[in-house]
Amino acid sequence: MRNVDILIIGGGPAGLAAAISAYEAGSRNILILERDENLGGILKQCIHNGFGLHTFKEELTGPEYAQRYIDKVIEYGIPTQCDTMVIDVTPDKVVTAVSRGAGLEHFKAKSIILAMGCRERPRGALGTPGWRCSGIYTAGTAQKLVNLKGLMPGKKVVILGSGDIGLIMARRMTFMGAKVQACVELMPFSAGLKRNIVQCLDDYDIPLLLSHTVIDIHGKEHLEGVTVAEVDPKTLKPIEGTEQYYECDTLLLSVGLIPENELTNMAGVKISQATNGAEVNENLQTSVDGVFSCGNVLHVHDLVDYVSEESAKAGINAFKYVKGELKENEKTLEVVNGFGVSGAVPQRISQKIDEPISIMFRPRGVFKKAQVCIDVGDKQVATKKARIFTPGEMVTLKFKPEYLENSGNADKITVRVEVQQ
Amino acid sequence: MIDVVIIGGGVIGCAVARELSRYDLSVSLLEKTDDICNGQSKANTAIIHGGYDAKPGTLKAKFNVLGNKMYDEICKELDVPYKWNTSLVVSFGQNGHAKLEELKEQGIKNGVLGLSIIGQDELRKREPNIGSTAYEALLVTNGGIVCPYELTQAYAENAAVNGVEFYRNAEVTGVEKIDGGWKVTSKAGTFTAKAVVNCAGLYSDVINNMVSEDKLKIVPRRGEYYIVDKNYADMFHAAIFQLPTKMGKGILVSPTVDGTVLLGPTAEDIDDKTDTRTTAFGLSKVLKYASLTWEDIPRKKFITTFSGLRAHCDRDDFVLGEAPDAPMFFNAAGVESPGLTSSPAIGVYLAEMIADKLDSKKKENFNPIRKGIPKFREMSDEERAKAISANPDYAKIVCRCETVTEAEIREAIRRPVGARSVDGIKRRTRAGMGRCQAGFCTPRTLEILCEELHISPLEVTKFGGDSKYIDSYLFEKGDNENA
Amino acid sequence: MKREITCIGCPMGCRITAEVDGKDIVSIEGYTCNIGKKYAQEELTVPTRMVTALMKVYGTNQPISVKTSQPIEKSKIFDCLKEISKHTVMRPVQIGEVLLKNVCGTQVNIIATKELE
Repeated sequence: MRNVDILIIGGGPAGLAAAISAYEAGSRNILILERDENLGGILKQCIHNGFGLHTFKEELTGPEYAQRYIDKVIEYGIPTQCDTMVIDVTPDKVVTAVSRGAGLEHFKAKSIILAMGCRERPRGALGTPGWRCSGIYTAGTAQKLVNLKGLMPGKKVVILGSGDIGLIMARRMTFMGAKVQACVELMPFSAGLKRNIVQCLDDYDIPLLLSHTVIDIHGKEHLEGVTVAEVDPKTLKPIEGTEQYYECDTLLLSVGLIPENELTNMAGVKISQATNGAEVNENLQTSVDGVFSCGNVLHVHDLVDYVSEESAKAGINAFKYVKGELKENEKTLEVVNGFGVSGAVPQRISQKIDEPISIMFRPRGVFKKAQVCIDVGDKQVATKKARIFTPGEMVTLKFKPEYLENSGNADKITVRVEVQQ
Repeated sequence: MIDVVIIGGGVIGCAVARELSRYDLSVSLLEKTDDICNGQSKANTAIIHGGYDAKPGTLKAKFNVLGNKMYDEICKELDVPYKWNTSLVVSFGQNGHAKLEELKEQGIKNGVLGLSIIGQDELRKREPNIGSTAYEALLVTNGGIVCPYELTQAYAENAAVNGVEFYRNAEVTGVEKIDGGWKVTSKAGTFTAKAVVNCAGLYSDVINNMVSEDKLKIVPRRGEYYIVDKNYADMFHAAIFQLPTKMGKGILVSPTVDGTVLLGPTAEDIDDKTDTRTTAFGLSKVLKYASLTWEDIPRKKFITTFSGLRAHCDRDDFVLGEAPDAPMFFNAAGVESPGLTSSPAIGVYLAEMIADKLDSKKKENFNPIRKGIPKFREMSDEERAKAISANPDYAKIVCRCETVTEAEIREAIRRPVGARSVDGIKRRTRAGMGRCQAGFCTPRTLEILCEELHISPLEVTKFGGDSKYIDSYLFEKGDNENA
Repeated sequence: MKREITCIGCPMGCRITAEVDGKDIVSIEGYTCNIGKKYAQEELTVPTRMVTALMKVYGTNQPISVKTSQPIEKSKIFDCLKEISKHTVMRPVQIGEVLLKNVCGTQVNIIATKELE
């Protein structure tokens, strides 16, 4: 049984940033366990631009962004083990992992940082009727096949879901010679970045069909086409008579990302229904002492820069925990998702905090000329205005220590959207 | 000329093959598709039926009860996961008592023991999560669940190890009487045999009608299902039935041996024997009826949906045995539910009949034992460490959701009657059956198939035929080596 | 000619319409901030894009990810991709290494975004 002070599960952007910040804070007993052959996580297949604007003031591709962190990990000599899959985490922080190189290993960790990222919602979860033919992929799996394996799934594509991965793949498939027929989006708005709508769809005259969905899949053995119908914006049910057939040999699904929390469950960590990720406090510590969570496994991010920022905090706090310096308050306030707010993180904030912290959430809908309000108990303590709040863009609020002064018996912090009349 | 040709590689064909392989006979099994277990056998409710449902005096009743009693032995010999978790036929509302009594009487007539009608208290003690309108139920203590594709696979492997030859992509296009037996023409060649066994499921009428005037008609009866995530494994303990209708046993909510929960099936007669589509109407019907049993179905936690076609015969019973006007042509036709439960008994029945007619002796070296692929996910840490040191491929986890290792996937391909496609691997290992539905494991599974079968990624299929994954390489393979 | 675009400067996504005469903007409206105005001016006259792509590596099916060292004219994207597809790269490759000079006469290079040993 190996003893590790800070054991980081996942060597993608979250794990890398956490490791580096833990090292820079002074820790010298860190270990990253990564299941893939190299570090970098999902960034390895994100060969498009748009990473690092905030972190490096440069626009980088995914692999380049990852390499900056990998270079630092190498420079610092932080131990990493690739090709190593963690298969168990107990509530008393014993981690079991398997690898060809070392067989089955146990690690006793003083602290654990969960950084496993997320996976994609498949067709099966949607229950889309029709044939169970080949040619249907989630956008990320297709991305891996194209960008890393050099394999083209097909020539005529329909994309279901206008999240960023779907949009990026619309452009990538077009670049590699396929014809993308349409991007079909269930909601009346797209959850992707505007920039991606313009540069991945508009640039290539790929129609974006809002309030539409795929209602039937055709092709006994291989995909031949899909039936797309308009949906009622309120009920999201297909409208009879609006069905249209799109010929295609590839259907890419970009219909949701789900934090990969099997290990989190094994560790006995409490999971939030709202985010599908661990419930954490302002230190990113979960309900299990010494277990922290950050990155997409905590809640699905839009920009990797914020993953790095969040994970850096987790790394620092994990080290503080190891040193016994992490001040935990007995009393915490619950962060409540008010009107228009979904998945606020952290879910709990200590009654007294020393430094400002970030509360992040996703707007539940499109709000123009609105402001976000933070209430401690019944008292409004802060607002943040914006010209627009949209589900595609996570909102970050600063929560200052003084907000908690004179909070009395308040046990809730509510984050809510207020639309100006 | 060989001794026996078996047409059809579902659970019945493979059971017959294994039972025949006990004898000194040359046996070949012809499967139409690219893999065994590609029809009803892979798309059913996976229940070991108690035997109260079939009408007394029918073959369905007889072989259900016989087969049920054989499950302990067969699953032990063949290393197939199964569980005696009981069945409950639940009456929702107070008007079902007469029907429950009727089913109980029927069961008793069929020779089923341990049937009783239970009221609210016991019902809710056994199933605290059952719907609020559940009133009373028929408790079937000899009801169980099994893994139908592992059973089929195990039968096939054991048959192969004991000498049966398996042919894939071998659709039978003609069966003709010749001197001394039969000439069977198929897409994999022509076979001549002393005896033919028709286990062709949906097409058992087509095969029978090639040789017999005693015509059969098989109507495909489609059933659609939902599979719910393993997180809900503990919601229900027994297989929960509702009162049966004239179309079948109705819509169940049943745990599976893998820890998922099955909802379904519907029962819809269709024309097309290949139409395994799911439909919006069928799926919504499943949820509507299943909601009686499970009022709070977690709609965000479905893993997948599927449909299966039952081979419903116009005689409303199995057709088993020698065709009256075609000596040495044996039918196992119209085997729909309770076919899975009956399979061990049907296998023995037909094998004994054929062996007797061919006057053959039992083999001395028949090996009844088949061990499944050792499953990493079921091992203890010590067992895992040992497996890895013997085979480092056990340390490489390919399917994250179901914890399936590379060793198991390679073994699934290498074994007798092994996998040749992604779905073949799926059924033999569970890789791709989990929550992400092969999103994570697909690229690696494709690579392993290429390595083991010496094919290119362009040739890998989901289930044979045209079900390819990859259209082309990114760049034309070629002569440009401009560096 | 009347042109209409969506600004990508911020999540507002303002619709900007303009009268464009060749490379000259005669009139422009719909922007609500300076970022939008500047973006529209460029986008409506000579739109440019960074291009990220894949290039073949000798001896394997696995490609290497590459990008243009600077944005190129949008109209040249497909020609650029075509030229990239004709090239094969030999290992080793460093991040930032120039793999193709002056792609399609744009004065812009194609550089590697991944390291290959």
